[in-house]
This record gives sequence, C-alpha cells and structure tokens, in this order.
Amino acid sequence: MSITPDPKFDEMRQADGSIRPAYRDYVTWLDEQDQSLMRRKNGEAESFFRRTGITFNVYGDEDGEERLIPFDMVPRIITGSEWRRLSRGIEQRVRALNAFMHDLYHRQEIIRSGRVPQRLFSNNVAWLPEMVGFTPPGGVYTHIVGIDLVRTGPNDFMVLEDNARTPSGVSYMLENRETMMAMFPELFSRIPVQPVSDYPARLAKSLAACAPAKTTGKPVVAVLTPGIYNSAYFEHAFLADQMGAELVEGGDLRVVDGRVQMRTTAGYQPIDVLYRRVDDEFLDPLTFNPTSMLGVPGIMDVYRSGGITIANAPGTGIADDKAIYSFMPEIVEFYTGEKPLLPNVPTWRCAEADSLAYVLDNLAELVVKEVHGSGGYGMLIGPTSSKKEIAAFRDKLVAKPDNYIAQPTLALSTVPIFTQAGLAPRHVDLRPFVLVSPDRVDITPGGLTRVALKKGSLVVNSSQGGGTKDSWVLDD
Amino acid sequence: MLGRTANSIFWMFRYLERAENTARLLEAGSRMALTRGPDAANEEWRSVITTLGERQAYEACHSEYSGTSVCNFVLREKENPQNVLGMIEAARSNARSARTSITAEVWESVNEAWMTLRSALQRPVREAILGPVLTAIRREATHVRGATYGSMLRNEIYHFSRCGTYLERADNTARILDVKYYLLLPSLAYVGSSLDTGQWDTVLRSLSAERAYRWLNAGHMDPRGIAEFLILDHRFPRSLAFCYDALRGNLAALAELHGDRGECHALMRDADRALSEATIQSIFDGGLHEFLVGFIAGNQGIANAIASDYRFID
Repeated sequence: MSITPDPKFDEMRQADGSIRPAYRDYVTWLDEQDQSLMRRKNGEAESFFRRTGITFNVYGDEDGEERLIPFDMVPRIITGSEWRRLSRGIEQRVRALNAFMHDLYHRQEIIRSGRVPQRLFSNNVAWLPEMVGFTPPGGVYTHIVGIDLVRTGPNDFMVLEDNARTPSGVSYMLENRETMMAMFPELFSRIPVQPVSDYPARLAKSLAACAPAKTTGKPVVAVLTPGIYNSAYFEHAFLADQMGAELVEGGDLRVVDGRVQMRTTAGYQPIDVLYRRVDDEFLDPLTFNPTSMLGVPGIMDVYRSGGITIANAPGTGIADDKAIYSFMPEIVEFYTGEKPLLPNVPTWRCAEADSLAYVLDNLAELVVKEVHGSGGYGMLIGPTSSKKEIAAFRDKLVAKPDNYIAQPTLALSTVPIFTQAGLAPRHVDLRPFVLVSPDRVDITPGGLTRVALKKGSLVVNSSQGGGTKDSWVLDD
Repeated sequence: MLGRTANSIFWMFRYLERAENTARLLEAGSRMALTRGPDAANEEWRSVITTLGERQAYEACHSEYSGTSVCNFVLREKENPQNVLGMIEAARSNARSARTSITAEVWESVNEAWMTLRSALQRPVREAILGPVLTAIRREATHVRGATYGSMLRNEIYHFSRCGTYLERADNTARILDVKYYLLLPSLAYVGSSLDTGQWDTVLRSLSAERAYRWLNAGHMDPRGIAEFLILDHRFPRSLAFCYDALRGNLAALAELHGDRGECHALMRDADRALSEATIQSIFDGGLHEFLVGFIAGNQGIANAIASDYRFID
C-alpha cells in the first residue's frame, strides 16, 4: 500500500485561479467589501469572544490562563449536494459504530467471524467489563458523535477519526455562526446557508428520546461537568443553557431511592438523562477510579437497573481507539452489509510485522499516532520533523509497536484565511456533529472546521495553535 | 434550581457588593486625606484599614500608613486575603459556576468587570490614577446590577441574588458605622468644629450618603441624626432599614415559590421586629456599638439560615 499525495486541493480556487461554485457568491460579496474595514472586523471578532467568555483552558499551562481559540472570518463552504453525499456516509458509519458497540458488549459476532482480532479490546482500558450483557435505554450507545473528516479532492472526503466518547467543539460551531451573523448580516440575506442554531433543541429532543424506563413525565435532562476549571467548561455551560437543562457537578448528585438525584433548593430531584462530560474513569468511584470526586457513587448500579440514561454510554470510548479505527471499513461492511460510503485514511497498524517494517522504512514521509492518543499530542509528522526527532520516535515505536498506527501525510485541502496581507490558503478538517436516538440519526448541516493557522502546518488542534471557521452548508 | 447554583449566585452578588463598598470607603478616605494635613491623613488611612478589619494583616507587611500603600493593600495585594481584585475574581468565578442561571447580559457584564479591573489592577496603583480606578470599580459593579435588574427573570435565582446584595450591604453599612462612630467618639467634644464636620462627612461619603443627608438636613451635621439616617431611614438605599425591607421582600418571594417557610424566615421576622421597634433614642440608650454588633451577628445568622434552608451545600 503506497499513497502518492495528490497535488494540493484548495476548496475556494481551482488550479487555474477560478472560483469553485461553492464560493462564487461569497467571493462576489467579498470583492465588494472595503478591505481596510475587513481588517478591522477581523480584530473585532476577538474582543467579541473575550467579552462573551468563549475561552478554553489549556491543561498544563502554568497560570491556568483562559485562551481564545482564534476565529477566522472566511467561511468554509460546502454545497448542498456535497453535504447530502457526506451525510449518507456519516449516517452509515454512525449506525455501524452503534451496532459494533452493542455487539462488542454482547455476542461479539465480529470477533467470532475473525474480522476484528480479540486482542484489540481484551487489553484495552476503554473496554468496560461492567457493560457486558447490558443494553442501554433505547439501545443507543453513541448519543453524540463527532466524525473528523479531511478532504483531498473534489469528491474525496475521508474519515480521520471517530469521536464517540465525548466529542467537543459544538459550541464553537454555534458561536462561530452567531459571530458571522453579527459581523456580516448582509451575507446571510444574500447567500442561503442552512442553519445550525437548532442544534441544542435537537440535542435536547434526541436525549429525551433516550430516557430510561423509570422516567415518569417529561424526561429531566442534566449536563454533568467536571467544573469551571475544565478546559471545555464554557461548552458545558453553553449547551446546558441552550437546552434549558441543569448544569450539574458530581457534588450536586447522589443516589436516592434507586435514582440519581440532584440537590435543588427544594430538595433532591431525579434526573432521567445525564449528558455527561466526565470520562468513564471518573463516573462512579464505586465502580471505576475510587478517588474520583467528579462522578456519582453508585450511578452504575442505577444505570444497570434502568434508572438513568448516561450519554454517551460508558465504554463507547473504545471506538475512539485508532487501532479499532483501522478496522472501520470491515466494521461498516459487517453491520450494514454495504461498502463504506466514506473511506478511512489508509492506515498501517504497527502491531503487524509487515506494516511495522514499512513504517520504519518510511518514517520521514508518514504521520505516526498513538493508538490511545488525542488532541494532536504524542504524534510524529515525518515530513516536518528533524532527523533527531524521527530517530527518537523510532525508538519509542520499536519498543512498543502495538501502541502506534501510521498514516500517509495527506495533502489536506486548504481554505483561505484572512491575513493582514490578504487571503492565504491554510489546511482544514471538518467535524460534523451527529445525534443518535432510538429512531433516527440526526446530522446538523455544517460542523466545526478547524484550521491550521501556520502556513503549511497540518496540525489543526486548538491546543496546538489551530483556529476555527464558520462552516456553511449551502441551501441549494 | 440547584442548591450549589443558588450558593454561587448569592456569593457572586455578595462579592460584588463588598468590592463596591470597599471602593467607596477608599474614595472617602482619599478625599479626607486630601483635605487635611499629612499626619491626619495617615490617621485616616489607618482608620480605613481598621474599618475593613485588616489591621493585623496590614501591619504584618507594612510599617506605616500611607495612601498608596493602604490603597494597594486593599485593592490588590496578595498578602491581603480580602483584596478587591480577589473579590471581583470570586464574583466572576461564582458567575461562571452559575453561568446557566444568569442571562448573557449579566455574565458579560461581570466578565467585563473582571477584564477591566484585572488590567487596571495588574500593576501597583499610583496616586494619580487612584480616582479613576475607584470609579471604575463602582461603575462596573453598577453595570452588573443594572444588567441584573434589566434582564433577569424575577424567579428564585433573582431573589437569591438580591438576598446576597442586601445582606452584604447591611453588613457593610453596620460595620462602617460601628467603626467610624467608635473612632469619632473621643472627638465628640469638638462637635461643631470644622474638623468634626469633616469626619462625619467621611462616614456619609463612605456610604454615598452625603448628598442625601445634607439635602434632608439642610447641611447640618449631627452625629445622632447621621446614625438615625443610616440605621432607620427607609428611603436611603444603604440604610439598615432599607436593606431589610428589600431582604424581607425577597425572602417572602422565596417562601411563596417554595410553598414553605424556613429558619431564615423566622430569623428575618425577629430581626424585622427589633429594627421596627427601635428608635434612635433606644439605640443610644442601649449603646450604639452593642446594637450594631448584635445586628451584624443577626445578619450573619440570616445568611447561614438561607444557606441551610435552601441546601446551598450538602
């Protein structure tokens, strides 16, 4: 398997400099704007974000300073027909993921069939024995999924990662759109863009549809946050606020009469659906990490007796594993009986001897990632690393090959960003957000576009200097 | 609403009120110091620290009382656990905890207050900019209050915020009156002198009451009248009587929403009765200091009862 990177694909301009259809109306509008005014607007966006408190905390930062994720005001635009094709592929993948979860925690047909090796999860900390034989309310495991997509050509979208644990970033999707509408209202009256603002209402509805058997009356939904020092606290508060749900911390909750209840000013009240933004490990000190102060002692017992829905279900993090990811084409085919509509990025599993040999021979051209890593940490980007860095990484890889996968360095598509010198192309990815309830898969048109702000950089993670853009799906 | 959130709202507004009142106290001190000689000025700054109950902490790290060192200590020094910047930070972090219970307008106003004051207090405050800094503190607090008044639903959350504001304000007024009055006692012999008038002026200024009092009393400064005004006048928004009118209203609203009265309501009724039966004569007969000490303790008792009646903590 060998991949020749395609020549760079820019989503706005074709190789001859002409504008692609998706961006035509936008560029026409942009050409009419006073460029010095646009520069000033660019600065306005930052103060808008600071004032509204849209910040994130960087772990390991000495003074715990709240940072802004830089916002770029040039939208990332996808046509309606591109989106329809994409969403079919996303839905197929998410249905397969959910079926895979159910199978893994029940009969394990996929392992019996030999398509996925046992070793992938038998030693995997994300696989929870506590979930074996248990079916979550409505059979839903992955209530909220973020699928990271990259693009390399006009019709070439690929899945880079599945985020089935607790995908974050949806608040930026919403606030980026609000910011764009506040800064350029006339754009939205000229160009029909599909709205994203109903995401919180869709989320509330989707979560309520997954309420457990013991629910009486209208389901009570709450968002569980680790608290104000968590890097995504803003998002937790934002979503709770927009859904009209309580934002709770572990200290607000306790198990009373077989239900998880929250301490209100009028006494304890049961919660039916808990949208938790706390990792599995910290969810229940009686079942998992005994030192956790973030969870609720006994919540797993309540869960197993049908007293509460936990979203996403504990144990879904296994789908975030990059070794599992490498089997997704097989997984999709196994559960849907169809060929995957959205391909994976080609992936070498270093656990396999042939692949490891290839990877070691081609380190300078490859991207090597930790199987359990996230946030762009602990990875090697061959083409931009020094000989010394590559040599050091080689040692780690040889010592523990099971811990890594490798992928070709893709020529990620570019979208222009606004710089002081004018528009300049930068690499992007896209994370659409998918909601799963017992009867439907609901994908909000758009998502979070992350952009590497540094020229030539392929790392879009906000923790490593990436920014975001408003992502438009045209209503055409 | 969550008990923890009610606690955050309550304290967010207590801290804002406290920050604002502390700024007022510094403004009054600063004005007093400017209108008198250097020795008397230092004496005035000492009295500011005494009023705040921070003498020990101050003297642990400063050997003398001067305007700049007192102001910086009160406003921003880490050696002072009660510094104003810390109060603003605490208000903002409580607001952040209760983010889903306040409107975007209230959140933005408290977040802006924090951004503005953090930058204003980043470095030691020079005498030349002390005035604008103190004004900014008052203005930012006023801004949050305005956003609260103008944008919040009149529900439980709003009533907890008001309870925090008025309990804190009553406490601050009682403390300022207690300490200042006590300090002024030796000079009661000078009643009528310009020095004395100036000092009473500071008491009033510390509570932004000088204009109202002067207007009501045709400029005549009378220690007894001032105490009566600050304790018993229902029209003045920082008087004890006014604060308790407001507190009573908000507690009654909470009782109605919950369909249930708690210990805080019983304590409120007792405190109310004591205050409504008091005259300035009876207060002076029993001792002003004793009255105020009793009031402050009672006030604290109501705050504790609110916290336990409404399950602020587990």
